[in-house]
Amino acid sequence: MTNGLRGQAAFVGVADAASPTGELELTGRALEAAMIKEALDDAGLSLADVDGLCYAGGMGMGSVSLAEFLRIRPTFTDSTMTGGSSFEVFVEHAAAAIAFGLADVVVSVYASTPRSDRRRRGIEGGPGRRRWQMPGPNPMLEWELPYGLRQPMGAYALAASRHMAVYGTTAEQLAQIAVSTRQWATMNPRARFQDPITVDDVLDSPMEASPLHRLDCCLVTDGAGAFVMTSAERASGLRKPPVYVLGTATCHDHQMISQMPDLTTTAGAVSGPRAFGMAGIKPGDVNLLMGYDSFTITQLLHLEDLGFCAKGEGGPFVEEGNIGPGGPLPTNTNGGGLSYTHPGMYGIFLIVEAVRQLRGECGPRQIPNSYVAVAHGSGGVLSCMSTVVLGTEEAR
Amino acid sequence: MSPGSGESVDMPARRMEPPVTPVTEPFWAATRRREFLLQWCRRCDEPIFYPREVCPRCLEAQLEWRPASGRGTVNAVSVQHRPAMPLPAFTDGPYVVALVELAEGVCVMSNVTGTPPDEVTVGMPVTLTWEALSDGRNLPQFQPARAAP
Repeated sequence: MTNGLRGQAAFVGVADAASPTGELELTGRALEAAMIKEALDDAGLSLADVDGLCYAGGMGMGSVSLAEFLRIRPTFTDSTMTGGSSFEVFVEHAAAAIAFGLADVVVSVYASTPRSDRRRRGIEGGPGRRRWQMPGPNPMLEWELPYGLRQPMGAYALAASRHMAVYGTTAEQLAQIAVSTRQWATMNPRARFQDPITVDDVLDSPMEASPLHRLDCCLVTDGAGAFVMTSAERASGLRKPPVYVLGTATCHDHQMISQMPDLTTTAGAVSGPRAFGMAGIKPGDVNLLMGYDSFTITQLLHLEDLGFCAKGEGGPFVEEGNIGPGGPLPTNTNGGGLSYTHPGMYGIFLIVEAVRQLRGECGPRQIPNSYVAVAHGSGGVLSCMSTVVLGTEEAR
Repeated sequence: MSPGSGESVDMPARRMEPPVTPVTEPFWAATRRREFLLQWCRRCDEPIFYPREVCPRCLEAQLEWRPASGRGTVNAVSVQHRPAMPLPAFTDGPYVVALVELAEGVCVMSNVTGTPPDEVTVGMPVTLTWEALSDGRNLPQFQPARAAP
């Protein structure tokens, strides 16, 4: 396993936005620009320093369009779109670009305001507001959509049903993930939901697509974020302590859920060990896991596929309180997609929280003595997994 | 729950009906006579689903269609307590979406009908049945094997 990218690039600026109402005032480019400015300010850099841009929005040529808006001329550009894991993929690509000298300062930004958009359009409520439409050949139209699987939660429900049948995982165990995550959210004043919940609360919430209840599902909120990366060399002279990229890897194995090779094992079982290998760490070295919790089952699969517990042992692992406050594997300390915010592609918030935790900026929810964090993005329906290992100077 | 029993019914226009593409035309044509055709690669001797332009193992373009057994096992199941958009045929209550592993070894998404939704379990043997579409084609569905004729 090559460790070629280990420690060569660093996060030097981050920003994110979310609110307990679930709505933000700004939208679109205004919100993106605010995030970029905040992240650059955090780094002590300006737009003139930016020569790399990563952007997953737009209808194609996203980074080109955004660069035009910003009037910048990047020499490294990335419009990769892998859903919610796009931002972890961007970290991988940006770290490589920086290591090979393609760019020196790379910015990525994301903004999405589905909640306030809905209100502005005056069509609050009712099914079918969101249409899943993809350009080009779309086998989903023939082989999935006619059967009425609710997307995306239905796909995750199928995975959960399989995990339960094969490994005996229970609804209570899945619910515990929502409960532990909410415990963290009680310490985040910007979280959408901050009141503690119980396993019974989850099980008593409406069944959306069995076996997943409403509280097994992520939120729909406005949210935005940005990060700035540069070389380790340049990072050492900037405003905040650098947070280094120690390892990255990506893998995807299907787009439609019906084509997933094994519903109980994601491509994270490939990306995780590869990223850990590059970083030279073992699961036991991880002080913080930021795992994309689109649904409780998603987080359960991450715990197993990244090696924090054996395959099939995710249920007992979370039941023992391992991932909540006070547990040995603090997970999703911002409150996650389940309780903090989820504007559609949540992956950027994983990175922002990991950086802030490693800098010691997280106030009441700060994890003491944290040196190594993992941001693990999931895009599509358990489709594209991308793992980033981040570390402080001590871990470098 | 009555839909998917294989009886021909008036389909509501709101139902999402699958489009036909050049490569999938033989599949959908066969559904008019209630036959489920699987694509096979002769070189690999492996079935392919969904139908593709080439074999995803060897990229061979010469593929053939063979009737499937119509037997399968539920690999994963989820009861939809609220209808999806676009709407399926059944909107009057919870319905079952499942991944069915066919005896030939490929996995297909479908509905399991003819039994109360909560009784469909992972591992349940199922057999093929059909739901009429508005244009004479039929949509593959499954029902518990014990209920098969």
